[in-house]
Amino acid sequence: MSEALIEATGLEKTYPARNRQGTPFRAVAGVAFRVHRGEAFGFLGPNGAGKSSTMRMLAGVSAPTAGTLRILGLDPVADGRRVRARLGVVPQDDSLDTQLTVEENLLVYGLYFGLSRRAVRTKAGELLAFARLEDKAGERVENLSGGMRRRLTIARALINDPEILLLDEPTTGLDPQARHVLWERLFRLKQDGVTLILTTHYMDEAEQLCDRLVVMDKGLIADGGSPRELIERHVTREVLELRFPPGEHEKIGRELGEQVEVLPDRLLWYADDGEQALARATELGIRPLTALVRRAGLEDVFLRLTGRSLTD
Amino acid sequence: MTGGGQVMAFRALAYWLMRYRRTWQGTIVVSVANPILFLLAIGAGLGTLVQEPVEGASYLAFFAPGLLAAAALQNAFVEGGFVVNSALRRERIYPTAAATPLEPGEIFAGHLIFITLRLFISAGAFVVAMALFGLIESVAVGVVITLAATLTGLAFATPLAAWAVTARDISQINTVFRFVVMPLYLFSGTFFSIAQLPEPLETLARITPLWHGVDLCRTLALGTASLGPSLVHAGYLAGLAIAGALIGRVTFRRSLHA
Ligand SMILES: Nc1ncnc2c1ncn2[C@@H]1O[C@H](COP(=O)(O)OP(=O)(O)OP(=O)(O)O)[C@@H](O)[C@H]1O
Ligand SMILES: [Mg+2]
Repeated sequence: MSEALIEATGLEKTYPARNRQGTPFRAVAGVAFRVHRGEAFGFLGPNGAGKSSTMRMLAGVSAPTAGTLRILGLDPVADGRRVRARLGVVPQDDSLDTQLTVEENLLVYGLYFGLSRRAVRTKAGELLAFARLEDKAGERVENLSGGMRRRLTIARALINDPEILLLDEPTTGLDPQARHVLWERLFRLKQDGVTLILTTHYMDEAEQLCDRLVVMDKGLIADGGSPRELIERHVTREVLELRFPPGEHEKIGRELGEQVEVLPDRLLWYADDGEQALARATELGIRPLTALVRRAGLEDVFLRLTGRSLTD
Repeated sequence: MTGGGQVMAFRALAYWLMRYRRTWQGTIVVSVANPILFLLAIGAGLGTLVQEPVEGASYLAFFAPGLLAAAALQNAFVEGGFVVNSALRRERIYPTAAATPLEPGEIFAGHLIFITLRLFISAGAFVVAMALFGLIESVAVGVVITLAATLTGLAFATPLAAWAVTARDISQINTVFRFVVMPLYLFSGTFFSIAQLPEPLETLARITPLWHGVDLCRTLALGTASLGPSLVHAGYLAGLAIAGALIGRVTFRRSLHA
């Protein structure tokens, strides 16, 4: 087994109450995971699951309330400066300086890391080529599209040649085309040996990019593994989706039992052979409006683990 | 990669200077032109209505250094209040820097150096305008008054910054402007001598930091300053500036490493 770059056990984050009437809020409620060098590791979970809170602890800008966390063999609180010097961070909200140019954004960030102006200039050329922004060096950031800004943020995070790149929802808000460009760039980074840690609430993104991932909900990890493992462990190979006129499907769903998940608008019948399940449904006299057989995915894993869908 | 805290603060300062590079010419023109217009209006207008000397001087000579100190408060409010809050929330300048080897205290220190520079440049521009009206006796006096006004601004800027980094949004900053800054502005001896205020108010005015700044700048400009009171003024203002800086080290850490 390769070296563990990140090791967390019993990790918790409780935020103090925002005012006197408020109560403290436990956003991360005890999670454990390990990330190995060269891996792409994902946190998949809905809004408020505690993904960003976890990422901020990994980034060395938020002290855990309980548990232990080691990053690159160091304590991110006591050795915050040294840890941050070896990380790249792509935060959830765009934090580029819109008043400065593309190149100036890289320059400022490089100076923060103690690089010389000359070193940043050389590096900036490389990074802009990587981000496919060569012809935008002198452009003000306010004139860039969302996809370009995201790529620039990633380029900026690479200024210090980080060993680990933390990406908090890298493609949220981007159109499909821009997402694919970004995935391709991230894939290249991974091939270059950068360890990627990302959060997402898109299962296709998790499936595309992550070697291993954990499913997070309400501050806890429900389960973890490779996308394939998770699917095999929690769901069958195929899913039969059945739609009925309004109001009918709940009753039918209850009659069919365990292997059927009832959603607000349809039934999901988990089966190794979807066609066979459909034949069985017909035998039982069930007459759906539409029936569709598809392969099971992470969305189904999430549903089985938490009883609700990922994006609602 | 680990340098001393000072080196780190200068890295944070570099950012503010890079931004300032785009706007400095404009801001300096405004910083000189504004007081010139103000002093012209007062000298030619209001000043002629006030025939009696105030604290032994013409109204213009009385008013100009007071306004210098009050302007320092206003600049401190913009730089230490609005800009600090925006750097945390809207523009996310601080969180961006916090993801790098910089520590919150260094991010604060770098910004404070820049704020000091801004206060100094604005005060200097104002003093140049005063000199054009013959209100500054010598270059040396001009420099000392510029420093006094900068210190007045800092006495407000550091406590404001320490608080603004904890404020939820700009509306809280606006509230403070309305209920703290405006009354200070009006009742700290900028426009009239506080000796004219009825009793409990006069004592109250005497303990406001702005009055100490106003009186320091004014006595220096009128040539009536004496060592004892000047040291008390400067000590009071410096005490506030240092207290704000110390509290800010804590609040910046709390906000940036939440
Ligand atoms: N500084 C804070 N103080 C108090 N509560 C916070 C703070 N930051 C986050 N929270 C709360 O903690 C919970 C988890 O937030 P977090 O940002 O970690 O979730 P997330 O999984 O990243 O969600 P999203 O997908 O919306 O980004 C939320 O309920 C949020 O309101
Ligand atoms: Mg988040």
